Amino acid sequence: MHLDHTHTGPAAVSADSARPDGTRRALRIGLGGPVGSGKTATVAALCRALRDRIAIAVVTNDIYTREDAAFLLRNAVLPPERIQAVETGACPHTAIRDDISANLEAVEDLEDSVGPLDLILVESGGDNLTATFSKGLVDAQVFVIDVAGGDDIPRKGGPGVTTADLLVVNKTDLAPYVGSDLGRMARDAAAQRGDLPVVFTSLTGADGVAPVADWVRERLADWTA
Amino acid sequence: MSVTATARITAVADGRGSTALPVLESEGPLALRRTRSPDPAYTRVTVVGAMSAPLGGDRLAVEVLAGDGARLTVDSAAATVALPGAGPDAVPASYDVRLRVGEGAELHWLPEQIVSAYGSELDLTTRADLAATARLVLREEQVLGRHGERTGRLSTRLTVRRAGRPLLDQQLAYGPGAPGGWDGAAVLGGHRAVGQLLVVDPAFEDALPPPRLLGPCAALTPLAGPAVLVTALAADARLLRAVLDEALEGLLKETTALQEA
Amino acid sequence: MTTRAALLVLADGRFPAGGHAHSGGAEPAVKAGRIRDARDLEEFCLGRLHTTGLTSAALAAAAAQGLDPLALDEAADARTPSPALRNAARRLGRQLMRAARATWPSPELAALAEARPRGAHQPVVLGLTARSAGLEPADAAHCVVYETVSGPATAVVRLLSLDPFEASAVLARLAPALDRVAGQAAEAARHGIDALPAASAPLLDISAEAHAAWPVRLFAS
Repeated sequence: MHLDHTHTGPAAVSADSARPDGTRRALRIGLGGPVGSGKTATVAALCRALRDRIAIAVVTNDIYTREDAAFLLRNAVLPPERIQAVETGACPHTAIRDDISANLEAVEDLEDSVGPLDLILVESGGDNLTATFSKGLVDAQVFVIDVAGGDDIPRKGGPGVTTADLLVVNKTDLAPYVGSDLGRMARDAAAQRGDLPVVFTSLTGADGVAPVADWVRERLADWTA
Repeated sequence: MSVTATARITAVADGRGSTALPVLESEGPLALRRTRSPDPAYTRVTVVGAMSAPLGGDRLAVEVLAGDGARLTVDSAAATVALPGAGPDAVPASYDVRLRVGEGAELHWLPEQIVSAYGSELDLTTRADLAATARLVLREEQVLGRHGERTGRLSTRLTVRRAGRPLLDQQLAYGPGAPGGWDGAAVLGGHRAVGQLLVVDPAFEDALPPPRLLGPCAALTPLAGPAVLVTALAADARLLRAVLDEALEGLLKETTALQEA
Repeated sequence: MTTRAALLVLADGRFPAGGHAHSGGAEPAVKAGRIRDARDLEEFCLGRLHTTGLTSAALAAAAAQGLDPLALDEAADARTPSPALRNAARRLGRQLMRAARATWPSPELAALAEARPRGAHQPVVLGLTARSAGLEPADAAHCVVYETVSGPATAVVRLLSLDPFEASAVLARLAPALDRVAGQAAEAARHGIDALPAASAPLLDISAEAHAAWPVRLFAS
């Protein structure tokens, strides 16, 4: 979490914890990970789990815009005005890490247009294992991988697996079918990540997103403390 | 021998619901005729005669003033064909159009095409100054080369100010001697007819139509003020006119409905 | 004062001001089949340079020179009939403003940000950024003409898988023209707002509207 420094003047520096009017801005959590690991499904499930008590909005960074935004809209997890898509010029990692200006504009616009928000989820387009979010854009990041992508991903490491504030290993229900060893994934992840948390999810199960939702609630509690 | 000539039109509301023409001055090749208007609410002037051929070195100008409350249509009898000047050191021809439209006045400036013949050089400048409540319908069409002919050099500038503030400013330049890339994928893409249709109406102030495409190479765009610009490209003059005519008809219906509302 | 390195920082494609997500009209031109190879790209860039490139560079030079940025913003509106392009220019202006205030903060930048919270036209912000960085109007113009062609070139490398060496060779071939247009723009800016060029490109205006209406696209403009 990097929420300490504030800056005066309108929309000046990205990591400011306050909005120009002095109120606390929403907590921003980034979700990244390889294509098909279940980032959008995780975002949708989080919205459903949290939306009754928490004011949420979502920014999507599609490789080919609006697919993910359209999925969230179709599934009506949030009203349309709370979902905004950012074009990334075919480079999602640039938009979340190297040049975050379009994403910052999107999160600020959401707060301006739909009123006070508690949480903004910034979903990256599917990318590779090195994609991480800039600390100027998000306060914490979640990296989503899945068991079907190969149980050696945690061992291989990479900035996403190693440094994300939360590692989600998704689709555990598929482990027996793809021959993935969950125990090995957990051990490798622990070796790579030290004390950083890892959760295993199966979004097809009832309340499958609960471990992620709990973690988000804790981050929110810290943020508003 | 090059020609310098200025034609002048002043239109004023006559106080009885019609528009009078206290000034209607032809000069040289620019001959003006009052012609019958299909809509009696508008007075119509047609530019006739040899205006259809500015040669290299000619300096032609038309000045139109539509005073407060006047309703005037100005059109032309034929296309204006820019032709090369005599001799190798001929200078470009210039054609300056100056339009002023007063409070509550309405001007329709609907000349025929400018055709840029091979070897010609023409600089066309159109400047419109509009009062805050003025209405303007303006059409400009540039055709690059006569049938099957390569184009000359044609530069245009269209500047429109409303209540003293800039509303539209556009320069176009085509043909041999124009800056590079004019026929490439950013500018003309091989098209040989280019047109603009501008409708300025205070009724658009709170009701600007959204942008829309009018075919593969034409778009209707709301400007940053109460005005709409149609930009169109076509293979030839006839196809271009068809797009602009249809757009004009739709826009006039729209403004009439807004004015009545 | 020589500030060549500051110019490199500002002109760097990695300067975080949002440009990477914009193709400068190249995406619709590729889709329409008007850009198929390096040759088409060069013609496209040349046309863009001599139209919106010149116009934007002069606006930037004028802002760098200290002309009223709000009057320049209005002049930019009048020179941008396409609402999709006005919108893109203001979004990019807002994004650049953020980067500019983090890199070369100045009261003039703060005042413009205050007056145009949704963003001023990007060339105006760029000119003011150059001014805050101690750069000359000609530097601002150079910066604009370069991004006028480098944006589409980078986009076409991604869209057509064009050989990046070929794309860079296109940019190198355009360099003398870039210098010339930057010089023209800086010269025009010396004569006040009314003397600024307004060169425009019909196809860029039309295709920007078409592109903005696509349900799915890679680039924001």
